[in-house]
Amino acid sequence: MCSSHSPALSRACPSPRNRAKARAGSWQPGTLLAKRRSVAATNGKIVPLDQELLKAPTGVQGLDEITNGGLPRGRPTLICGGAGSGKTLLAASFLVNGVEQFGEPGVLMTFEETSEELASDLASLGLDLPKLVAEGQLIVDYVRVERSEIEETGEYDLEGLFVRLEHAVRSIGAKRIVLDTIESLFAGLSDPGILRAELRRLFRWLKDKRLTAVITGERGEGGLTRQGLEEYVSDAVILLDHRVQEQVSTRRLRIVKYRGSHHGTNEYPFLIDRNGLSVLPVTSLGLTHPALEERLSTGVDRLDDMLSGKGYYRGSTILLSGTAGTGKTSLAAHFVDAACRRGERSLYFLFEESPLQLMRNMRSIGIDLQQWVERGLLQFHADRPSRFGLETHLASMYRAVREFKPLVTVTDPVTNLLTVGTQSDVRSMLTRVIDYLKLESITGVFTSLSPGKTELEQTDAAISSLMDTWIVLTINEEQRQRRRWVSILKSRGMAHSNTVNEYRLTDRGFQVLDAESTREGRANGG
Amino acid sequence: MTASDEKPLGAIGAAPAQLTEQYILRLYVTGLTSRSARAIENLQTFCKKHLHGRYDLQVIDVYQQPELARTEQIIAVPTLIKELPLPLRRLIGDMSDEERVLVGLNILPRE
Repeated sequence: MCSSHSPALSRACPSPRNRAKARAGSWQPGTLLAKRRSVAATNGKIVPLDQELLKAPTGVQGLDEITNGGLPRGRPTLICGGAGSGKTLLAASFLVNGVEQFGEPGVLMTFEETSEELASDLASLGLDLPKLVAEGQLIVDYVRVERSEIEETGEYDLEGLFVRLEHAVRSIGAKRIVLDTIESLFAGLSDPGILRAELRRLFRWLKDKRLTAVITGERGEGGLTRQGLEEYVSDAVILLDHRVQEQVSTRRLRIVKYRGSHHGTNEYPFLIDRNGLSVLPVTSLGLTHPALEERLSTGVDRLDDMLSGKGYYRGSTILLSGTAGTGKTSLAAHFVDAACRRGERSLYFLFEESPLQLMRNMRSIGIDLQQWVERGLLQFHADRPSRFGLETHLASMYRAVREFKPLVTVTDPVTNLLTVGTQSDVRSMLTRVIDYLKLESITGVFTSLSPGKTELEQTDAAISSLMDTWIVLTINEEQRQRRRWVSILKSRGMAHSNTVNEYRLTDRGFQVLDAESTREGRANGG
Repeated sequence: MTASDEKPLGAIGAAPAQLTEQYILRLYVTGLTSRSARAIENLQTFCKKHLHGRYDLQVIDVYQQPELARTEQIIAVPTLIKELPLPLRRLIGDMSDEERVLVGLNILPRE
């Protein structure tokens, strides 16, 4: 601070009034600009809304988006959650990405698992700790606290821990640090008074050292963590949750607190798989997506005719609904085939059949999808709906879209997801998928299996309002013959046909016959 | 000092073999804080009294050798490690509680 005894210093140090002026004038804006620039430099895509607060990007897909740039730089963040909720993985990803993507060495202080255990656990999730340790970019220090081995004989402090940390940080110039899970100290040492005082000192020390720290804590009764760590870490708190409902598991992440920063407040689903952890930042993105004029062929000429001669809008959503055996999948396959012919990448989510089965079936009606798979234009994602919860499906669909970057997606059949969620859950999930697809101008086709003729339009009502185009396929029996009918119930932004046309599923695919006379009550397009 | 400390060791049930065992003790401190100094003093008094002539005490300042904090698993300071006789034991604190030091060094049985 300013010393009034030294003339030189007092000249350099402005009086309170001068200081205020200086803040408004000369140095402060420059500092802000520098900060803004450095935020922008760490992740080009993110708009730095928070000019005061520097961020340390985690490199975890999705997390940097919902935190608007990452964790608070130079400050501690608490990650809490129950056993198996992914705390350690998230913390370790923050360190590994710090080294690999942002050139920031890190120190991982582990209290529960040995370095070897940790390395083997994380290796299966795509994180290679030993490699970074060998490169001198990472230090993993296992702190062993075994109460049965320790005799307390009087006053002590945790300076040993500080010495270890400081030595590790200094020896590799660490910028990031993880303490996982420091609460273990409470199990190993008996004096909570000393521990609390030392934890307070530790967090102050981390801030003084300008280390971006992640502290993990086990979820406690009545509080976020067992030992009330949230009291000490006041900058940012992230809560991880792993719920199993009806034998279906869903992982969620929520930012409980982020001082001085905008952040998403929802619960976000996240995935843990061989690629590590990724958070699905999709929430309701709002209705700001572009409306494209370009039209895409359905792959069936006569159906294009019914859609004012040109087919679907690019970036629109299409619902194909019908009872079993009406050829919903065939119609979707035609569209994918047409997209691939134009050289557009297509992503096909299957919730009922295997890709091989689907390709065989489509071959029988003259659609060769195999060639597109071989050329890398078509990718299948097949999953049993019951394998995960809705959120997880949403997250994995999001990830697949993000990685493959398709222009066209098919979800077949979307109604199978109803088996793992209520209608309103499915609707809310679909809203998120659709918002995301629209934002990226990806055309989305959804097939919907109607259980019976009479319930046809009821079942689809829940999701149809999310769709721009709704095509209904029906079968009826006339004179011991099944006849199939296609009609367009609605198609926003075009003068579509109101007729119900007969079609056949032939060895050359979906063939719409010449227009039949309009059947009463079926053509109520809107 | 409590009255019980004045009793000879044999009277409180220590095995005679222990009386001849050599103790190797390492005391880890951080600098010359009053707590460090107190621990050193307490321990020296203790050793003279209970382990006279059969101990080797080394005092290590982890500020000077920080890498030892990691290799020796030092968290709390002061920490006293009894390397021999086995089993290895850790005692933390300023060694002011003589009875706990006796227990910690396995001279007194755990009650």
